[in-house]
Amino acid sequence: MAVGLTHYLIVAAILFTLGVAGIILNRKNIIVILMSVELILLAVNLNLVAFSAFLGDLTGQVFGLLVLTVAAAESAIGLAILVVFYRNKGTISVEDINTMRG
Amino acid sequence: MVATVFLFYVFSIVAIASAFMVIAARNPVHSVLFLILAFVNAAGLFMLLGAEFLAMILVVVYVGAVAVLFLFVVMMLDVDFTVLRQGFLQYLPLGATIGAIVLIELVFVLGGWTLQPATVTMRAAPLAPNVTNTAALGRILYTQYVYFFQAAGFILLTAMIGSIVLTLRSRRGVKRQSIDAQNLRDRKVAVQLRKVPSRAGL
Repeated sequence: MAVGLTHYLIVAAILFTLGVAGIILNRKNIIVILMSVELILLAVNLNLVAFSAFLGDLTGQVFGLLVLTVAAAESAIGLAILVVFYRNKGTISVEDINTMRG
Repeated sequence: MVATVFLFYVFSIVAIASAFMVIAARNPVHSVLFLILAFVNAAGLFMLLGAEFLAMILVVVYVGAVAVLFLFVVMMLDVDFTVLRQGFLQYLPLGATIGAIVLIELVFVLGGWTLQPATVTMRAAPLAPNVTNTAALGRILYTQYVYFFQAAGFILLTAMIGSIVLTLRSRRGVKRQSIDAQNLRDRKVAVQLRKVPSRAGL
């Protein structure tokens, strides 16, 4: 049984679902939320690369490179905000981030 | 061929299991380590697909930089993580429901999905034979997609400046070395000659 495009898409779909479920399950822990976002972006990248490989078109890999760039920038900024928040409040619980509520 | 299929299943199963452990682990340090495992196995899947450059970038950038950054932040913050886990069981039904809905929708999409035969003629950058993946990627990244490449560079620059600006702080009351003041000291300031009388002390 050869490995086809659908196999890769199924793996990416499962990874995406685990990332979405992780955001909801760990609603208090912002570090795990950031890691779940990384998982979702990894699933998207797997889709892009799988289509790129099976269609024989390199554009998908270029786009995957851009997604990797944006994901790295996002996690760096997110962790910087987290560190500043911890320095000011002494906690990283998402439920305590409510001072900007209107 | 058999080895490829075997490797695909090994990489997929380990990646999915470690992704599950990322969201289920009690200790965030374990979550980060499982995230690293998931990334390494996804890099293996990329290798099987022939995207060698992206696989290496995933290992170098993600495992080498981003995951280590996560690990650094988790260990630097002195937080009681058991408090943060308290809502896990409370949110379990909601999370499982939404996850199941997303998965079912994706299964529907995958089940009713076919590739148009004309798609192959619409390729923007077809794979050339006898060119390595990295060379081919570089050929189109620096020509056809050079503006996107520059935009990615600007995004990284913005992230770098942003995180430096966010985390830099000037603390008051900290004693620092002042090289100017040290260099401006001369003998008159530093040495004091006293005439000490004998058997009297200062």
